[in-house]
Amino acid sequence: MHSSRLIAWLRGGALAATLAVSSLVGASSSVAPGFSLSSRTGDKVSLEQLKGQVVMLNFWASWCGPCRAEMPLLEQMYKRYSPLGFTLIGVNVDAETKDAEKWLAATPVTFPVLFDTKSDVSKLYDVDAMPSSVFIDRKGNVRYLHRGYKAGDESEYLNQIRALLKE
Amino acid sequence: MTLMTATARKLLAAIALSGAAAALTSTVASAGVLPEDRADVLYHRYEGGGVTIHGPSVLVRKKLAEKYSVSANYYMDMVTSASIDVQVSGASEYKEERDQWSVGFDYLRGKTTYTLGYTDSEEDDYHATTASFGLSQDLFGDLTTVSMGFSRGNDTVRRTISNPLNPGARIIDPTFEMDLDRWSYRIGVSQILTKTLIMTLGLETITDEGYLNNPYRAFRYVDPEDATNFRLATEKYPRTRTSNAVALNARYFLPYRAAVFGGYRFFTDSWGIRANTAEVGYVHPFKNTPWTLEASYRFYQQDHADFYSDLFPRIDFQNFMGRDKELSTMDSQTMHIGATYEFGNAGLSFIKRGTFNVFYDRIQFNYDDFRDARDPGLIAGQEPLYEFGANVYQVFVSIWF
Amino acid sequence: MRARAAAIVLAAMTLAGCGDLQPWVKPYERQALADPIMSFDANPVSTAYMDHVFEAREGARGALGSAGGGCGCN
Repeated sequence: MHSSRLIAWLRGGALAATLAVSSLVGASSSVAPGFSLSSRTGDKVSLEQLKGQVVMLNFWASWCGPCRAEMPLLEQMYKRYSPLGFTLIGVNVDAETKDAEKWLAATPVTFPVLFDTKSDVSKLYDVDAMPSSVFIDRKGNVRYLHRGYKAGDESEYLNQIRALLKE
Repeated sequence: MTLMTATARKLLAAIALSGAAAALTSTVASAGVLPEDRADVLYHRYEGGGVTIHGPSVLVRKKLAEKYSVSANYYMDMVTSASIDVQVSGASEYKEERDQWSVGFDYLRGKTTYTLGYTDSEEDDYHATTASFGLSQDLFGDLTTVSMGFSRGNDTVRRTISNPLNPGARIIDPTFEMDLDRWSYRIGVSQILTKTLIMTLGLETITDEGYLNNPYRAFRYVDPEDATNFRLATEKYPRTRTSNAVALNARYFLPYRAAVFGGYRFFTDSWGIRANTAEVGYVHPFKNTPWTLEASYRFYQQDHADFYSDLFPRIDFQNFMGRDKELSTMDSQTMHIGATYEFGNAGLSFIKRGTFNVFYDRIQFNYDDFRDARDPGLIAGQEPLYEFGANVYQVFVSIWF
Repeated sequence: MRARAAAIVLAAMTLAGCGDLQPWVKPYERQALADPIMSFDANPVSTAYMDHVFEAREGARGALGSAGGGCGCN
């Protein structure tokens, strides 16, 4: 009876919904944003320097249980694949670097750890889970993103590293 | 004074277990991560109002396959009681033991944790079992956690009587066995408000059905032959009770690394009881030392149940009559202090860290309409109001592995 | 006609606004919340025991315990 009115309302509703959905989906870019952070020795390390290598950025904190559980496995991966052109960067987000250093003294790692105490790089990479692992290919593009860590995730990391190294 | 029941020794109320069981199984870690593996051994001791209760509580919790966490708790109360109720009834001090076993199972899937729990508590004349189910879900970037739970309990109430073949010894009365069923529903929301502030809101409704009084406890009524005296009769309770509680809690992180917390709970039930509970506390870790101190203050106040009275005018005054001081107009104030010493891994490779803890609570109970009827020389209904203080000690070791 | 158009625009703006509500504490900002002193129930055996001490002697019961907080990892 009032079908024309109903259709008009449905069109209006669809328009409203589309506008709402488009505001949820942010713009996405595949180029890994560049940054420069202090390392444990005090030197600044930037992402630019690592172009040509396969880079895994692992965002972690000393207060995060799954992050701590993951670290020994990341160390093994780093030792195994760094001769083949792979670099693992631990981006630590502790507000105080001494908290991270205290934990690393008990559980040492050989891969570079950079300190993102002001969360600038975390914001840049829109980190929305702890830990987060970002895989960047030799050309500097973000290819894979892992949120969180559960036992067994490391086999997926290995598959993706091998795939990126082959390119 | 005369007694309706021949001997009424055990007047400490058989304790409702839904509280203890629910506390151990409904406390779920933030969904997304299972609770940590741990073992705790506690010695607890309560002394107050003529009652001493002490014993151990042991908890072990372990993750399996990174998806499940199982826990088991053994708790024991060794009771020696010459409480005011025991004394007023003319009975002598009694000893008793209660054993309680609890098991819990948590399953983590994504951002949801499912929990199952079961508790069994036994003493000579009371057997209680409770089964519970809960689930907890992280939402909104893990800032909000919604949880809900359901428990179902069943208790069997018995009583001991003097052994007719051997007076002085006690046996279970074979003619007396009553049941009690319990349902509990709870929901909760936990919300992170800032980087340093978290708040929780919880609601719980509990319904009991069945034999809700204590077979040893009596109410007082004015002696028809002597108005200055009283007689005792076994209490008469309603067969149902439904209660509702809502609680708000908050915890705030102070910049120099300490925490302050507070909470409020409002309670009402179908027996006419209204209660308010408020608590504030402070936790202070001492920088660069293994020591942490904590202190808190808790205030509790309640109005009496409809059918409660310290002294009824007649034995048949109303349908339901009780004199359990737990249902009277009363308040309690608790001062709590605790010291924790963190001993790292104590050189043992399988321990991540451990703590040694000593807690002390001083609870003062004040009754506004429950009188101290122990002195037979006083006029019934004009005795002084009862009050007592209790000391509660806890010494425990916790290890995380 | 104008009223209907205005209503649709208002609805769209409200929904778009909801979409913009992001978690205001990021996962990498939860250091304080992950601290053991911020846990509501750091000592479950002790909490369960004291809850029982009070429930056995007072009329009120329920609405104890809570989930949530912590590091929010995974």
